[in-house]
Amino acid sequence: MADQTLDAKGLNCPLPILKARKALKDVPDSGTLEILATDPGSVADFEAFCRQTGNELVEHSEEDGVYRFLLKKTA
Amino acid sequence: MSAEEKSMSIIVTKGSLDWAYPPFILATTAAAMGLPVTMFFTFYGLPLLLKDLNLQLTAAGNPAMKMPMMGGHMGLPNLLTAIPGIDAACSKMMKNLMNKKGVAPIEDLRELAVEAEVRLIACQMTMDLFEYSLDDMIEGPELGGAATYIEVATQSDINLFI
Repeated sequence: MADQTLDAKGLNCPLPILKARKALKDVPDSGTLEILATDPGSVADFEAFCRQTGNELVEHSEEDGVYRFLLKKTA
Repeated sequence: MSAEEKSMSIIVTKGSLDWAYPPFILATTAAAMGLPVTMFFTFYGLPLLLKDLNLQLTAAGNPAMKMPMMGGHMGLPNLLTAIPGIDAACSKMMKNLMNKKGVAPIEDLRELAVEAEVRLIACQMTMDLFEYSLDDMIEGPELGGAATYIEVATQSDINLFI
């Protein structure tokens, strides 16, 4: 189970990233944030976001048009 | 939060509904990625700092603007763009479409930019030219001119003109 879950379904660029950034603030260090999104562009964007910010993209998957990301707060 | 700190500046020169998006999307995203961001609002970009926004777009001279409609895409021939009320109608259509697609209103992105401590500079010359005062603007912008921007630009890794 992730420490927190962010439902960003139905939101378009750049809202999933902006909301994830905000949500991460409330995640403890080394804690995890689960993000659910329907924006197909969010896959590339969360990869880039994590590379730039130094947070870890632990896993991502897709099921029935819903993308699920698991971020570990490492920065 | 950022691994290696880069910074970005954007000169914002256009204030129509469509042109307002790129600078605010990029500024808020860069800030979310840990970059210090400065936006310099000049000429028609300056009204994007006004308290009340009622952004419009123009159909005239905008041949690439095609709205999804009835399974296809429809543009507006230039001849029809002179019809009174057409810009208001197109703007309304665009806003409805954005709302349907989960695109944030500009007001929201602007608020997020302020929250993320994006530095907002209002061009003093444009303020004077179009007779605006800081009282007309949201809380947050500072006044500055070309030299203020150049100093920011020399210290930024990414400088955009939009």
